[in-house]
Amino acid sequence: MENNRKRYGLLLIIMLALLLAFFIFSLGFGSADISLKTIMKSLFDPGDVHMGKIVISIRLPRILGAICLGGALAVSGFLLQIFFGNPIAGPYVLGISSGAKLVVALVMVFMLSNGKYISAIGMVIAAFIGSLVAMGLVMVMANKVRNMSLLVVCGVMIGYICSAITEFIITFADDTNIVNLHNWSLGSFSGISWNDVLISFVIVLVTMIITFMLSKPIGAYQLGEAYARNMGVNIKRLRIVLILLSSILSATVTAFAGPISFVGIAVPHIMRTIMKTSKPIVMIPSCYLGGAIITLLCDSIARTAFAPRELSISAVTAIGLAPVVIYLLIKRKEVYHG
Amino acid sequence: MVNGIELDALTVGYSSKVIENVSLNIEAGDIVALIGPNGAGKSTLLKTITRQLKKLDGCIYICGTDENELTEQKLSEKLSMVMTERIHPELMSCFEVVATGRYPYTGRMGILSKSDMEKINQSIELVGAQEVADKDFMKVSDGQRQRVMLARAICQEPQIMILDEPTSFLDISFKIDILSVIKRLAKERNIAVLMSIHELEFVPAIADKVVAVGDKRVVACGTAGEIFTGDIIHEIYGMNKEAGEIIVDGILKYADALKRIMLCQK
Repeated sequence: MENNRKRYGLLLIIMLALLLAFFIFSLGFGSADISLKTIMKSLFDPGDVHMGKIVISIRLPRILGAICLGGALAVSGFLLQIFFGNPIAGPYVLGISSGAKLVVALVMVFMLSNGKYISAIGMVIAAFIGSLVAMGLVMVMANKVRNMSLLVVCGVMIGYICSAITEFIITFADDTNIVNLHNWSLGSFSGISWNDVLISFVIVLVTMIITFMLSKPIGAYQLGEAYARNMGVNIKRLRIVLILLSSILSATVTAFAGPISFVGIAVPHIMRTIMKTSKPIVMIPSCYLGGAIITLLCDSIARTAFAPRELSISAVTAIGLAPVVIYLLIKRKEVYHG
Repeated sequence: MVNGIELDALTVGYSSKVIENVSLNIEAGDIVALIGPNGAGKSTLLKTITRQLKKLDGCIYICGTDENELTEQKLSEKLSMVMTERIHPELMSCFEVVATGRYPYTGRMGILSKSDMEKINQSIELVGAQEVADKDFMKVSDGQRQRVMLARAICQEPQIMILDEPTSFLDISFKIDILSVIKRLAKERNIAVLMSIHELEFVPAIADKVVAVGDKRVVACGTAGEIFTGDIIHEIYGMNKEAGEIIVDGILKYADALKRIMLCQK
């Protein structure tokens, strides 16, 4: 037990250090070539230097956004996996991100056609409503199909339908502002503002604190409903709270960065493998750090690999993480037959 | 009655009634065996007592208090269980599974104190699961898993234990082991035990009282000697009386053998 605790602590510190290293590294990495010295200078003394401006007003919020929201996405996936008692679950594969995207696009286009802009908070609320609606659909289906792999297929289909409708809306809306919507609807951190970062930071921080405080009942829930109830957990309340927390986290991500694929499903799995435990008190912080590291890394690749052209972040995460999901599906099957 | 559990005209079921009007009193330190054919509703009754199902009618008194007035937390300090549903904890050692029994007593973040650790280790020792304590729960045998689940229920320090077929799927020596532990536990720690069991031959060796259910009601209730007669076996399981008597004869002989073995093991 003592040894385990030390190991968890050490791994968390390593991840934190890794995140910090990636953070500094990705600040210097981009289509504009800026030296580390200039970056440091502009960080501590933000003058009117042109290069400094790029760092402060474009790169920094984007990087912080990726860190803040990437972690949130991974934890959202972890909570869904707890809820379904199955590692093959995540906001993207279950269509929840796409549901959020659809409602955000609908609200945005509607507001624009009336000559108004949607505020950042409004985006989050719209995404949250979309997440809950999609989640409701998934839960109805979960009652019909007891097989998780099948449920994932259904979720992917919901995702396709929502994405298709979103495409329609975007294509037929004639405002020029809509052009930006297209990038967002594929998943991208580009164009994220300081204001967005601040709002998502506050939402994510509060949600994460609540989630972490719930480590104990979440851990009990891992033994199944019957035993959790016998341990004194209020199951009904916990289930609702799990859904709400998971939806808030993934909705915040979708509102500011669009649907990002596979981080929510793959990162918790990678973290379980590294930490060798599924205890929430360890998994929640490590999923957050792991999600932040992987998302930041993928976003850096998305913006620099073919600079000055940008990839959507989902293209990068899909290549990196979809194989993990395939592995999970195959491994799961073995368990069922075993 | 201060300790133990009392059922008063309890009716259980889903949308339709499965067993009606069960009245039963289990005192601290007593083991009551619940027998009956498949589908008679033994599990339904146990699930209702452990709050996995809503009762349809009647009352359940836990240590003298109406169960309706107990919060989940309070109930968990009085009653623990081992159910037939398999659990699939990922990457949890047997020790960690047992440790979940301390849940009602740990603080906000569930950190185990020294005395929690002691109680966990004691429970593991009591069921003889020391050698698997550090192993992955999913990778040990059914028998070991059942021991671990029993240890989990023990370290919850209950006054009442509800066990649903604790011996199913185990080999004979595991069965004897587990039942001996249950018996010792009930007597030493003064725990009221209600357990469903299919192996009738074990019932006389372990149960202070037997409750037979079938046909939507309690068919018979009494000591093993009173229940194990050709007539009642005929009534519960629908076997013909002659066959019933032959079976009872065999069961009682087997039970005697088991009693002798279990005495030796102490």
